[in-house]
Amino acid sequence: MVIVKNMEVKQKIEAANQDALCKMWNVKPILVDIDLAKNVIPGMDSKTILHAGPPIEWERMCGPTQGAIAGILVYENLVNSIDEGYKLAASGEIKFDCNHDHDTVGPMTGITSPNQPVFILEDPDTIKRAFCTLNEGRGKVLRFGGWGKDVLERLNWMKETLAPTLKKAIKHSKEGIDIKAIISESLHMGDEAHNRNRAGTYLFMSEITPHLLDTTDSATVNEVFLFMKENADIFNLNLSMPHSKLIADATRDIEFCSLMVAMARNGTDIGIQIAGLGRQWFTSPATMVEGLYFPGYSEVDACPDLGDSTISEVIGIGGFAMAASPAIVSFVGGSASDAIARTEQMYEISIDESKSFTIPVLNFRGTPTGVDIRLVVELNQTPLINTGIAHKEAGIGQIGAGLTAAPIEMFHDALKAFGKKYLS
Amino acid sequence: MDNLLANGPKVINIGLRSFFEACESQGVPSVYIQWQPPAQGNQELLHLLDKLL
Repeated sequence: MVIVKNMEVKQKIEAANQDALCKMWNVKPILVDIDLAKNVIPGMDSKTILHAGPPIEWERMCGPTQGAIAGILVYENLVNSIDEGYKLAASGEIKFDCNHDHDTVGPMTGITSPNQPVFILEDPDTIKRAFCTLNEGRGKVLRFGGWGKDVLERLNWMKETLAPTLKKAIKHSKEGIDIKAIISESLHMGDEAHNRNRAGTYLFMSEITPHLLDTTDSATVNEVFLFMKENADIFNLNLSMPHSKLIADATRDIEFCSLMVAMARNGTDIGIQIAGLGRQWFTSPATMVEGLYFPGYSEVDACPDLGDSTISEVIGIGGFAMAASPAIVSFVGGSASDAIARTEQMYEISIDESKSFTIPVLNFRGTPTGVDIRLVVELNQTPLINTGIAHKEAGIGQIGAGLTAAPIEMFHDALKAFGKKYLS
Repeated sequence: MDNLLANGPKVINIGLRSFFEACESQGVPSVYIQWQPPAQGNQELLHLLDKLL
């Protein structure tokens, strides 16, 4: 009798996981609009600040996240200085919550505030949406905890010029911009769509430019075009991430589904959510990233792993698609053959191969897709991640990029919770 | 055994990579197979996997 029950549970898991894959394949994330976060993100109000990773209270936040929050409170005109920002943040007046629980994702500190513009991606069949701020570029930027007059000026320019200009162009396109098609093609042009996004940005620029020219004066188009071009290696990440979020979230709340639906880090903890286990987070301490550092910095300066960008790996791009991107190793370390080996390792913990994202050098094999916590625990092989590295202190920003692996302990906890729910 | 002593060993190493590296560094023809006990040998997790996988 027990054996029969176990067989039934196994069959239900297999069916649920196949259902999840079908739902993922069917999602078509379209960039449909840009608006202020307070107008579109569910649960966002004038005193809410969202952050990357699993939920965390102010006192436990890492330096870059605290710094980015203090900075964004200046941007929000809630305070007049960074020092006042720290005081307000610690006062309890501001509500903090994680992006993932608001249909949102954000790279690195992932700070999302009410008056920041956000990309709005929508699946036309389900009308589900996902949101992400616009990318500021590299170096001293808010999302890495960087702060200063230049950071504030850039954020204001993004709100006053970049976002409205792109919004007009997106609206002019009528049907929006198909981001999945861009990501799929970018993997054939050397991106892995997490740390290398250059091809994706150029593809986005080629899609949006005719609409920019039809809707905005040439001087402003020039300004916007140059900003995207100068930040080409990273601009498209903030489109790729909500695209991945929309795909991953198609698997949410499927009973008996043992696939990972979210993986995110806040610089203190790393957490995962499982499709069949609701909104519960399973966490471990965030890992350190091994990588290449910008001149003048080393691992002693680094903050532990940070950001929602591992939503890329959840759907089988980023670290799972490194074989598509030999050039990425010049940024995150290792060799081109290492990049292929890392992708091949990820097939062991994934239940299928993508129908949307393929890798030329592997004879157009689909990327590893559908991370099954049962396989992760059995093989003791966790998802591999490539990522940027923030300075551990606020105000400095990005100091490098590299590779890490998710810790196994949170997968152990998730499997135990899964067994408790479905075997009892 | 005579053949082993006369021609030297050929090694298939399953598990600990350092054994493979030691053989390789001494010029012994070796193949490495990555392997570790399922669920790191954790009995509670193995029991769960038996019912779920």
